[in-house]
Amino acid sequence: MARVLMKGTEAIAEAAIQAGCKYFFGYPITPQNEIPEYMSAKLPKIGGAYVQAESEVAAINMVMGGGATGTKIMTSSSSPGISLMSEGLSYIAGCEIPAVIVNVMRAGPGLGGILPAQGDYFQATKGGGNGDYRLLVLAPSTLQEAVDLTQLAFDLAFKYRNPVMILADGFMGQMMEAVEIKEYKGQDYDVVPWALGNMEKRGKRTILKSLYLDPEDLEHHNIKLNEKYKKMQEEEVRYEEFYADDADVLIAAFGTTARIAKSAIVNLRKEGKKVGMVRPITLFPFPYDVIKERASKAKHVLVMEMNMGQMLEDVKLAVGERTSVSFFGHAGGISHSVKEIEEKIREIL
Amino acid sequence: MAKGRVEVLEEYCKSCGLCVAACPMKVLRISEKINSKGYRPVEQYKEGCIACKMCAMTCPDAAIEVYKIEDNQ
Amino acid sequence: MKETKIYERPKSWKKGVHTHYCPGCGHGITHRILCEVIDELGIQEKTIGIAPVGCAAMMYDYIDVDFCEAAHGRAPALATGLKRTRPDQVVFTYQGDGDLASIGTAEIVHVANRGEKITTIFINNAIYGMTGGQMAPTTLVGQRATTCPEGRDPNLAGYPMRMCELLATLKTPAYIARVSVAQPKYIIEAKKAIKKAFEYQISGKGYSFVEVLSNCPTNWGMQPVKAFEWTVSAMMPYYPLGVFKDFDKEAE
Repeated sequence: MARVLMKGTEAIAEAAIQAGCKYFFGYPITPQNEIPEYMSAKLPKIGGAYVQAESEVAAINMVMGGGATGTKIMTSSSSPGISLMSEGLSYIAGCEIPAVIVNVMRAGPGLGGILPAQGDYFQATKGGGNGDYRLLVLAPSTLQEAVDLTQLAFDLAFKYRNPVMILADGFMGQMMEAVEIKEYKGQDYDVVPWALGNMEKRGKRTILKSLYLDPEDLEHHNIKLNEKYKKMQEEEVRYEEFYADDADVLIAAFGTTARIAKSAIVNLRKEGKKVGMVRPITLFPFPYDVIKERASKAKHVLVMEMNMGQMLEDVKLAVGERTSVSFFGHAGGISHSVKEIEEKIREIL
Repeated sequence: MAKGRVEVLEEYCKSCGLCVAACPMKVLRISEKINSKGYRPVEQYKEGCIACKMCAMTCPDAAIEVYKIEDNQ
Repeated sequence: MKETKIYERPKSWKKGVHTHYCPGCGHGITHRILCEVIDELGIQEKTIGIAPVGCAAMMYDYIDVDFCEAAHGRAPALATGLKRTRPDQVVFTYQGDGDLASIGTAEIVHVANRGEKITTIFINNAIYGMTGGQMAPTTLVGQRATTCPEGRDPNLAGYPMRMCELLATLKTPAYIARVSVAQPKYIIEAKKAIKKAFEYQISGKGYSFVEVLSNCPTNWGMQPVKAFEWTVSAMMPYYPLGVFKDFDKEAE
């Protein structure tokens, strides 16, 4: 398939369609409106359905209902809308329903601003909804990676019967790049044993619920869910290393910030400065081990995010007392410039 | 008039009394028995059931079965 | 002498289970006529129910069809997702006063307005049962509840909401009816309305909504028979029974 110049939001939508997703339930919010718009144009033509929900609260519950039948479904939103979806995500995880959710992050808290940010790291990885559940969180850095991870997300959602989040930001959503979007078959998962609408095939009915009034039953259920999250930690950790093996200053960054950092690293390496980066691709499960290992050989770890210090806490957890860690962040919709990053690193070295 | 018989599934009866009030022939009453849940189940205590099924219709626990009785020719 | 059984427990009523509902609760009657309709229409194996949050939160333990849980008020949104992905299934939501008329007002208005081909059964007993008897949007003026101990004051809480009338102002819905399970003569009509509502869904006509005036003996502080008498004498004048929207009648 040819490479096509596409806007990030539209590329993500097309990637989902090529992965077999025919149903989208969403609500408009800046800066991701192209996703519902694209879906509303394409899905009816391929025998699917686009439903514009009355709110993000309704949208995530439509996702829960659609996913309950074992169908590939998706929603997308941006930070304040994802807050509204938090209740639904807890229910979806508790009922073990596969779902793909895209968050095109904008600045917060509250109504915040419409420019890009990375302020939803905590919300995505530590849980916005109640109870012991995790989202599998994928953080692309380029549009091609956003396309690839969106398609992978459907596989992972069905593999684990869990919601999977694509954590993108407004830059990625609104910029245009050449991407290649292939049809993606993925794995075949048999949904008949658990999905609604299969009573005839199964011979008996099934219930999808998260309500367990008996405390021992509920503990057992929580242990079962936790086994899935442990398996994710064993099998699904993804990251990228960029000049990390001999770095004196090790950068830890994700998404667009990491992409900007790469330019700074390339420039500094030309000057002979030993700078490198570990870029987490899965934010949950977090690549603690590789960061711990690379940090132990570095003189300093610099965490850079478009927030006030969120992934910073997981990096500190990985690094411990071995190496000093500092933070260089921006909020409000401001991003780092290559020059700023270079100056910061020269200061440290 | 039809003739009928009410069979109360005693274990499911919660003694709510709705069927007793609904019966137009007043053939039902709350008995002296106690079921395993501690409720006193309803019983048909006299003849006169006309198989109208009002009792079964109002029972929230589906604890009533109704029979129609026909004389063999 | 020949005996013929002319009424038995519905096939889709789960065998061997005792319901947790209070003695004389309208939920049991409504569940039972719902099971009778499912049996008569032969749709047990392709019905999906969505359980509410409320006393009926575990209704899936009593009715033998596929079920999904929903967060409080969200059942119509789940129904939308279910029906859009599996239009061959018969999908219904079953909701109480809080679920439908309070936290779920946006969802119920919009599922009706979009005209999703699903059915809603709305149990109106003018109170919040499961949580211990608080005021509901449907609690009558002057009626006491734990959060309006002096009786509902319209100056503080407004007037009770009539959901059938509200939804009937929308052009899209196909069938909107208010019935009751207070006494056998009303139960017969309630069952007909529920059956019609399901038939509208199955024939693809559109969204159907049946409000069922019920009771809450425990939180009203009345014996079941007296409680249903109150349903008739106090609730029915404010919530009149009837059909508020019917595509078939409009077509005539």
